[in-house]
Amino acid sequence: MTAASEEVVLDVDGLRMRYGTADVLHDVTFRARHGEVLALLGPNGAGKTTTIEILEGFRMRSAGRVEVLGTDPAHGTERWRARVGVVLQSWRDHGKWRVRELLAHLGSYYAGHSTELVRRPWDAGELVAAVGLTEHADKRVRTLSGGQRRRLDVAIGIVGRPDLLFLDEPTVGFDPEARREFHDLVRGLAAEHRTTVLLTTHDLDEAERLADRIMILNGGRIVADGTAAELGRRIAGRDEVRWTRGGERFTRSTAESTRFVFELFREYGESISELEVRRSSLEDTYLALVHRAESGPRAAADGSREAAR
Amino acid sequence: MTLVALRAGWSRGLIELRQSFTNGGDLWNHFFWPVSMLVVMFFLRDLSFGHSGFLLGTLVLPSIVGMNVAVGMVSMSQQLTAEREDGTLLRAKAVPDGVPGYLIGKMVSVSGGLVADLAIFMVPGMLLIDGLAIGDPGSWLTLAWVLVLGLAASLPIGAVLGSVFSNARAQGLMMLPTLGMIAISGIFYPIASLPGWLQGIAQVFPFYWLGLGMRSALLPDAAAGVEIGDSWRHLETVGVLGAWAVLGMAVAPVVLRRMARRESGSSVARRREKAMQRVG
Repeated sequence: MTAASEEVVLDVDGLRMRYGTADVLHDVTFRARHGEVLALLGPNGAGKTTTIEILEGFRMRSAGRVEVLGTDPAHGTERWRARVGVVLQSWRDHGKWRVRELLAHLGSYYAGHSTELVRRPWDAGELVAAVGLTEHADKRVRTLSGGQRRRLDVAIGIVGRPDLLFLDEPTVGFDPEARREFHDLVRGLAAEHRTTVLLTTHDLDEAERLADRIMILNGGRIVADGTAAELGRRIAGRDEVRWTRGGERFTRSTAESTRFVFELFREYGESISELEVRRSSLEDTYLALVHRAESGPRAAADGSREAAR
Repeated sequence: MTLVALRAGWSRGLIELRQSFTNGGDLWNHFFWPVSMLVVMFFLRDLSFGHSGFLLGTLVLPSIVGMNVAVGMVSMSQQLTAEREDGTLLRAKAVPDGVPGYLIGKMVSVSGGLVADLAIFMVPGMLLIDGLAIGDPGSWLTLAWVLVLGLAASLPIGAVLGSVFSNARAQGLMMLPTLGMIAISGIFYPIASLPGWLQGIAQVFPFYWLGLGMRSALLPDAAAGVEIGDSWRHLETVGVLGAWAVLGMAVAPVVLRRMARRESGSSVARRREKAMQRVG
C-alpha cells in the first residue's frame, strides 16, 4: 500500500451516461489522489467499463464533470495521452509482431514526451524483464499464452511510464499463479513509480489485495467507497455464530456477535460447546450492498447513505 | 501531424513489410496473384489483337501492372477493416500520435508490398513478352509517375472504404464491384472494343486510367492507335487520377477521424462477439 499525496489525479463529479433512454451511469462521483491504487468493483453490467472508457477518453459522456490529470478526457491532447496508460479487457492485435519489437515501436511515440522527472519511453529490454517476458522477447505475439499476452498488454500500457494507469478487468482468465505475479507487478508499479492506478474488477479478493481504496459500483451508482476495512465496518454485516448444546447444533446470525456470545454463556454457562463465530467478511458486505442496491431505488439510496456515513 | 508520427509510421511500415515477407500466409498472398497473372500471360503471349499488329500479351502486361496498383485500394481497405476488428487501431488510439502513425505505416507497408508484387510480376513478365518499350528511360519515368499518382488515388479511397465497412465479411462484398470494374476497364481486352456506355462508366474510375498510363509507359508509341482517340491522353489521366487523389485525401481524414473516435474497448469486444457467433 502506498501513501497518496494530496494532488488530485482523477476528479469525477456527477458523471452520467445514457444510451437512448437507458441510464447506464447515474451521478458517479469520486476522486483519486496521486499514487493511489483504486479498485472499481462491481458485478457484470454495473457500468465499470463504461466509466473507465469515459475516463480514458474513448467514450463521450452524457453529463457531468470529469477531469483526468487536470484535463477533460473528451478533449485530451497528445501530451495528455502520453501520461495515461490503458490496458483494456482483451486485446489480440499485433499478432505478427515480436514482443520486444512491438514494445520498442510503441515506445517510440513517447520519445518527445519526456520530462525532467519522467524519462519516456521505458527501455524495451528492461520493460520485457520487468513483466517477466525476457525469454519470450523474440517470440511473435500470437504465440504467447493468455497470461503472457496479458503481461505484454500491461507492458504496453506502461511503456510510456504513465502517471495514471487504467486496468480494465486485468486478470480475467488467469490461473492463481499468474494472478499473484500480476498483483505483484501492479503493486510494484504503484510503490516504485508512484503510478496512480484505477482498475476494474468483479473479483472482490483482487480488489482487497491490490487497492488502497475500493469503490463499489452497482446499477450505475457508487454504492460504497472506502478502504476494505472501512467498508467492512460501515456496513453492519451479520456475523454467524454456531454452537452445540445438549448434543444439538445451533446457528444464529447476528449483527452483534460478541454481545450475543456473552449472553449465551450467561444463560447456559458450560453447557455450550464447539462455539464458532464467523465474522462477516468483505464478501458478505459486498453481496449485501449489491443485493440492497438491486432490490429497488429506495433501498439503493438507503445503502449509499449508510455507506457514506 | 508530427515528426514523431512520421518517423514512427515510416518504421512501422517497414516492419510490417518485412513481416509480410517472413510468414507463410503473407508470402502466399504476395506470390499468388503475380504468379497467376504470369500464367495468364503465358497463354496470351502469342495471340494477336485484331489487325493492330500487336500481340494481346504485349497489351495486357502493362494493363495488369496498372490494375495491380488500383487493387492497392482493396488491400488498404481490407487491412483497415481487419485491424479495426482485432483492436490494432484502438491500440494506436491509446498512444500519443498513434493514429496518424498507424495510417502512415499502413500507406508505407501497402505501397511497399504493392511495388514488391509488381516486381515479382514484371521481371519474369518482361522476359516472357516481346514488343515492350522498356529500353527507354522515359518509359520508366512515366511508369514512376503513373505509379505514384495511382497510389495517391487508390490508397485514400481504400482507407475510406475500410472505415465504412464494419467487418471483414461486409468487406468481401467489395470484391464483386471490383471485379466488375476490372472487367470493363480494358485490362484484359482493349476498351475500344466495348460498347460506348460501358466505356463511359469505365472512364470514371481509376482502373482504366492506371491501365492506360502503364500502357503509355511500357508500349511503343504506335500502340496508342488501339486506344480511345488514338492517344495516350496523359492530361486526362493526370486529371482523373488527380481528382480521385484529391477527393480521397479530402474525405479520408474526416471519415478516419470519425471511425477512430468511435473505437473503444467495448466496440471491439462487440464486433468480436458477432464474429464468434458467425463462426459458431
